[in-house]
Amino acid sequence: MNKTVFLGALTVAGLAAGIAGAATLDDVKARGKLNCGVTTGLVGFAAPDANGEWTGFDVGICRAVAAAVLGDPKAVEFVPTTGKTRFTALASGEVDLLARNTTWTFSRDVDLKFTFIGINYYDGQGFMVPKALGVSSAKELDGATVCIQTGTTTELNLADYFRKNNMNYEPVPIETNAEAQQQFLAGACDVYTTDASGLAATRATFENPADYVLLPEIISKEPLGPLVRHGDDEWADINMWTLNALISAEELGVTSANAADMAAAPGNNPEINRLLGTEGSLGAMFGLSDDWAKNAILAGGNYGELFEKNIGENTPIGLARGLNAQWTEGGLIYSPPFR
Amino acid sequence: MADTHAETVLFVRDTMLPQKEPPLSTVGPLGWARGNLFSGWLNSIITIVAFLFVVNLIAHLLPWFISGTWNANSLTDCRDMMAAAGREQGGACWGVIRERWPQLMFGFYPSELYWRPVLVLVLLFVALAPILFADRTPTKMLGFTMLFPFIGAWLLWGGTIWNPITALLGFVIGYFVFTFLSRVVNAGISLFLAAIAAFVWWSVLSGYVVSGLSAIAPLAIHSVQSREFGGFLLSITIGVTAIMFSLPIGILLALGRRSDLPLVKALCVGFIEFIRGVPLITLLFVASTLLNIFLPPGTNFDIILRVMIMTTLFASAYMAEVVRGGLAALGKGQYEGADSLGLDYWQAQRLIVMPQALKISIPGIVSTFIGVFKDTTLVSIISMFDPLGLANAIRADANWNGIYWELFIFIGAVFFIFCFSMSRYSMYLERKLQTGHR
Repeated sequence: MNKTVFLGALTVAGLAAGIAGAATLDDVKARGKLNCGVTTGLVGFAAPDANGEWTGFDVGICRAVAAAVLGDPKAVEFVPTTGKTRFTALASGEVDLLARNTTWTFSRDVDLKFTFIGINYYDGQGFMVPKALGVSSAKELDGATVCIQTGTTTELNLADYFRKNNMNYEPVPIETNAEAQQQFLAGACDVYTTDASGLAATRATFENPADYVLLPEIISKEPLGPLVRHGDDEWADINMWTLNALISAEELGVTSANAADMAAAPGNNPEINRLLGTEGSLGAMFGLSDDWAKNAILAGGNYGELFEKNIGENTPIGLARGLNAQWTEGGLIYSPPFR
Repeated sequence: MADTHAETVLFVRDTMLPQKEPPLSTVGPLGWARGNLFSGWLNSIITIVAFLFVVNLIAHLLPWFISGTWNANSLTDCRDMMAAAGREQGGACWGVIRERWPQLMFGFYPSELYWRPVLVLVLLFVALAPILFADRTPTKMLGFTMLFPFIGAWLLWGGTIWNPITALLGFVIGYFVFTFLSRVVNAGISLFLAAIAAFVWWSVLSGYVVSGLSAIAPLAIHSVQSREFGGFLLSITIGVTAIMFSLPIGILLALGRRSDLPLVKALCVGFIEFIRGVPLITLLFVASTLLNIFLPPGTNFDIILRVMIMTTLFASAYMAEVVRGGLAALGKGQYEGADSLGLDYWQAQRLIVMPQALKISIPGIVSTFIGVFKDTTLVSIISMFDPLGLANAIRADANWNGIYWELFIFIGAVFFIFCFSMSRYSMYLERKLQTGHR
């Protein structure tokens, strides 16, 4: 009997999920708020300030989508998720969009049935060592003790890398980034390895950041991107093109400062005009107003502005653009044309 | 005799000597120290070593604690302040507590509504008074204690006043159904039917009644989403609810487990052993993620409510075993005495068995309470912002990244105050209820 109830509930839930999943855009419009899944706190990417306002690079994506869909960057309900709850939150419909520095992998895309809408940050696993160790390359780390977060892909990448290069290491398993910082500073391990952005953010908090160096080797690909559920292509398109709009805006020189002027007085660059909705009607094609992209850009600025404001070189985190520069400047950030 | 004595000795005292003060080395602080700290050479050595250790510890910790960084706005600020003060050792950065104090207390609760949780806390103590200090407060106050869960929930979550009133009406309806039916059929069946009547009221009818009444008289205060709860407000809300409801449920489960009715007994044993066999964190995951998948999307089954239910069930199972321990410690004669007086089952439990069994169980009950209250920090795993979850979120702010000890010490200190008060109260209660024979 229990089994019947269980299966019954599952069927009902499945049917209902199918129905609800079909029109996320209508749901969001009816609700008047975008439910956006973010981390419970990651420096530069998402964190609440003293007044409870969320800020960060991933948060910027949420606000841009809210501005594009609802015209108001504040119309976001932030749902904090941990690494363990994030995929259930998205699959169950608790959030419409998950912008939570999630690595795009095959199994997450195919097996967990999500659609990644693009990549907003190219990360990779790096190493940090104290300068006093006198190491300048990861190839010299044979026999080192390494602080590593257990149960993450970084652990597997590390094992692969050391085996490939015929080196030995002694892992010091740790649970959280906070613990890792303490262990590393206390000298419990020679090397701390995690995503390069995390390393930079961690190093920025040290009392003497100059005493520590990041090694040049990046040993894994960690393309981080926002994702939505499978099965609602229209909603996925909206999110994907909102991200693309931010990227194109940077490429075309449209910023939060000049977007309003450019839209009020259309110039003679047709792509800018199409982007800002003064020429053609791209927005109407997926059920939004024609100024959707302008709203998204005004929400927090274009891709470059978001980067500089939250994780760029003038912030305490101080990340260089690197792979995340526009393709015109030697990076991988590239948006298909708005046409 | 006296005469011979007078001839053989030179002096005979004929009055009593006045009593002297005991020597200084045996009374007062000095005597205490001698008796307890320096009673032998081994003890003296241990005392001196321990004393040096403590002094050393304080000498190292105190400068860290007193760092004069109360006004700092970021970790860098703190470091600059300490460098300016010429401190090389570094110290605590208390600015984070000053800046995030409201957040640690209330989470993201709207700041203009802080008075509501504060008022609820005050009312909580008013409601607890007749239970905690039964001999010093009028019994009529118990009425308020019964109403408190409804008033408290309404003040915390806001919304229309008709919600708590209709919720309360469910109990009233259940009560009337029970009293009416118990004249006709036996108590068990009428209790069952009363529960069904109340359930139907809550799940089906009350929704219409609430919307109807709010249309007529829109008495509402600004409503607050569960997601905005956080910090100690969240911990205390979950903790107090679990504590409040786990004792009665636990008592019923304990009685059920000792019951002669096989069905009741099997249900209670099954429930207790299942819940005790599963870690709390698993139950929390079920509450936060599994239910999400099974419930149709759009059902708004409040996450705090789900967590509260799970924590309460968890605490009840432990409470049941603690109370069962008290029941088992009671002599068989007590039960037989109650029977011989002609008391029925509930009367015997209420008048004879429970007062004694609960008295025996006080230490166990209170330590379960304390455990439950501390377990509320586990909700940070399911992405709710309890104080520990907030500590992580605060560290994610670029200004405060790198702050650990200050936050943890502060949170630990607040938890200590709550848990220590509970523990002291239980000792007070034990002393008060001490009847001299066990």
